[in-house]
Amino acid sequence: MNTSNLAEALGLGFERTALPQQQKTTIALKNVNISYGTFLAVKDVSLDIYERQVTAFIGPSGCGKSTVLRSINRMNDMIRGASIEGEVLFNGHDLYAKDVDPVLIRRKIGMVFQKPNPFPKSIFENIAWGARINGFKGDYDELVETSLRSAALWEEVKDKLKQNALRLSGGQQQRLCIARTIAVQPEVILMDEPASALDPIATGKIEELIQELKASYTIIIVTHNMGQASRVSDHTAFFMVDKQRTGFLQEYAPTEQLFLNPGHKRTEEYISGKFG
Amino acid sequence: MQTQTLFGTDSDINVLMNKRKKIGLIWQVVFLFAITLAILFLLLLLLSVIDSTFGYVALRNEVEPSSLIEGKTLIKEFSRTELENAAKANLSSGILRRVESEKPLAQRSYHDLVSLLEQYVIKPKVLKTWGLWDSLTQTRTIEAYSLSENGSYLTFKSWINPQFFLADQSADPLHAGIRTALLGSLWIILITFLFAFPIGVGAAIYLQEYAHDNRINRLLQLNIFNLSAVPSIIYGLLGLAVFVRAMQSFTSGSMFSALTDSTANGRTILSGGLTLGLLVLPIIIINTQEALKAIPASLRMSSYGIGATQWQTIWYQVLPACGERILTGTILALSRALGETAPLVVIGASTFISVDPTGIFSKFTTLPIQIYQWSARPQGAYRNLAGAAIIALLILLMVMNSLAIYTRDKLSKKKRLEL
Amino acid sequence: MHERPIHPFGKRKRIHERIIETTLFLFAMLSILITVGIAFILIRESYLFFSDPAVRLLDFLTAKKWQPMIGLFGIRPLLNATLTTSIIAMAVGMPIGLFVAIYLSEYATDRSRGILKPTFEVLAGIPTIVYGYFALTFMTPLLRTIFGKANVEIYNTASAGLVIGILVLPMIATMAEDAISAVPKDLRLASYALGGTKIETTFKVVIPAALSGLSATFLLALSRAIGETMIVALAAGAGPKLTANPFEAAETITGYIVRISGGDVSYNSIDYNSIFALGLILFIITFTLNLTSRKISSLFHQEYD
Repeated sequence: MNTSNLAEALGLGFERTALPQQQKTTIALKNVNISYGTFLAVKDVSLDIYERQVTAFIGPSGCGKSTVLRSINRMNDMIRGASIEGEVLFNGHDLYAKDVDPVLIRRKIGMVFQKPNPFPKSIFENIAWGARINGFKGDYDELVETSLRSAALWEEVKDKLKQNALRLSGGQQQRLCIARTIAVQPEVILMDEPASALDPIATGKIEELIQELKASYTIIIVTHNMGQASRVSDHTAFFMVDKQRTGFLQEYAPTEQLFLNPGHKRTEEYISGKFG
Repeated sequence: MQTQTLFGTDSDINVLMNKRKKIGLIWQVVFLFAITLAILFLLLLLLSVIDSTFGYVALRNEVEPSSLIEGKTLIKEFSRTELENAAKANLSSGILRRVESEKPLAQRSYHDLVSLLEQYVIKPKVLKTWGLWDSLTQTRTIEAYSLSENGSYLTFKSWINPQFFLADQSADPLHAGIRTALLGSLWIILITFLFAFPIGVGAAIYLQEYAHDNRINRLLQLNIFNLSAVPSIIYGLLGLAVFVRAMQSFTSGSMFSALTDSTANGRTILSGGLTLGLLVLPIIIINTQEALKAIPASLRMSSYGIGATQWQTIWYQVLPACGERILTGTILALSRALGETAPLVVIGASTFISVDPTGIFSKFTTLPIQIYQWSARPQGAYRNLAGAAIIALLILLMVMNSLAIYTRDKLSKKKRLEL
Repeated sequence: MHERPIHPFGKRKRIHERIIETTLFLFAMLSILITVGIAFILIRESYLFFSDPAVRLLDFLTAKKWQPMIGLFGIRPLLNATLTTSIIAMAVGMPIGLFVAIYLSEYATDRSRGILKPTFEVLAGIPTIVYGYFALTFMTPLLRTIFGKANVEIYNTASAGLVIGILVLPMIATMAEDAISAVPKDLRLASYALGGTKIETTFKVVIPAALSGLSATFLLALSRAIGETMIVALAAGAGPKLTANPFEAAETITGYIVRISGGDVSYNSIDYNSIFALGLILFIITFTLNLTSRKISSLFHQEYD
């Protein structure tokens, strides 16, 4: 099938800036295997995440994309029996080295979850809190405003900062969670299906936001929505699952290339919706 | 970025991180300490009870066995014929006559004769008692005491023993037992069960299966919750005013002309059982409701689907499905009633009765009340008796709880097999 | 034959179903009857009490002496002793119970939780009379040893208060643990993802989120402590005394009721009526606490369901 026809047929849009010539690797995964107890969830993943670009992880359910995502900010530590082999390097440092403190990592590598989970506090407090426990010494009002602006939420909530965050709509709550993550000044933001619990309009706003955020942050987004992946990301990693239900990395390429000219038959089948 | 430095330099961050971690560790120690304290309290509680129940007793006999038969200092050294002769020779005529008429001396067992002589002739008196800890660690002091008191001797006593369960209330600590109290407790629990179980389960069935979600029924729910949290002594006051006083002709049995003695009043087992019944009623209702809630709607739907009526559904499908949970909860509620003291004191449990309860119109005392009375008396021996009675109560509660767990396991296993 | 055919799906008159439903309804209504009964009895007997010329309502609430023999009926000594024991009890029970709950909910492994939770259920099932015995035979001598026999009377409110604290400890731990566990995991994850430590997450996110559940726990435990009878009856003392010293003997409201009703009291005496008036006060206090607790707790469920 003609690739550009395929693109049109799938309704994929490509409006992105060209990739910079020099790409610095922020996060590098080298031969990563992750197990839950005796079950091997993900095998032999190696890929580089580039600075200030959006990388999407796509694939059928159960292929381990969320597992890999969580291993980057060591949230897998919370799961009993989870173990990892291989290297996860952040700016060259091994995140799983013996003397590394996971708590510090999570300030630098933030996470936004699928279901918005603001604290049952005021909007102001939600944003200020993370900064406060990490020893922020600056002006909190300024920090809150900057974060909310960066999350495209300032105009909507600037008059009600003291209001309980739970009273915001789903889409607003999710942008609040993004603002909260930004407030502690991470370098990388991990997003685990950030728009899957939102309606289409809110989803659109989040996708716009991601495009703006990538100017300052490296973003990795897990999504099951291929349209979203193609709209939003610069690079896409396609994960598959083998007969033992272990996930692996099938193909990793710049997004335009992966969607228009997939290297593997499986990739093409997934993209054209033959399975999922 | 400029704002990057607002979080401080790398060493600032490290210092802060160390402080945060230290705080975490300190609190973890605090939490463990709290758990240890709580467990410690439980241990101390049990140990103090055990401590009272075993120990040395210093006794002094009013009449020494050696004065009855020369050369023998302990009554256990007497032969059976010697015992019989000693009894005939030393019991007062009145007592001898009564004892003979109950059962002739010649037919009595060895043990019987020993206890007769002890009770009426030798009459050991308690001088002082010690707890288990003291008995093990202060033996020298104890022996010194015994030597200093003329004619006294020591014996190591376990205050809980089979005799303890069979003897009735007695002014003499050596011969006191919990039989009357135990029977009173059991009688009362029976009445409590007969009253509270059908009404409680019935009310719960109504609230859960029949009632619509309107204001009245939500008020009923709130009301039941409040009743379950009312202090037990208030139920005592209620019972006193209603059962003992207002319904006296009913609860004393005079209405049915079943008077057992001339001083009939409403302070009977029936009143006690009904009062405790009111107390456990909210608990049974709440527990049954929870059990009914746990049965999924699909079971009811499938029953209606084949044309069963509501009651048929409840009786044949829902209740069997959660029956063991209802039963378990009821047994646990009854074990709570077993330990209740305040309401029954207010109702007017008898302070001293020597007659076992014979029916629901009898006067009564219960095991917790017996513990209360013995605990309140300053003389040392009563403390030991209280400890023994507490162990008896705890054993009884353990039996009831085991029964509850056993019922639950047995019935649910039966259900699983039937699948 | 002009009989109307019986419609196959017509409504059958099922009388016995109606009877059953009505009977069960009456059973449920009995619970209302009990509450009404309690209120009625307490109010009526209290009315008799207050209408006695020897009693004046204002004095009842404010006077400092309770000596029925000479016609003095001021509730303050009894109320004061009740408050003393309850405050001591909550000061012991609430912190320890809360810490135990935090440990069980956030730090304990499944295995240790499996051992600890049944332990607390055992503690919760011990009758209060045993605690009363413990107060008299262990706690009081302990206090007397620590603080000196001259300073601590044989009957004192401190001993009773401390043991009441131990009594409510399992209840607080259980309810608090429920409240803490009910806080959604999402919130904890959010906190960790921002770089919060475990203790920061617990104290600054989880506990505030569980606050209404914890408040409900506090109120319910306080109500329990106030209504406690046997521990104070055995260990706190007989005879009302207004004192701020917890090492002195003093009688609480519940202790007084149980002492008077346990003795010989004739039905129409002012003594008999007085225990109902006191019962009414007790009922009002605990009822208010329970109701407030329930209200707070339902607000809590609204947030998270």
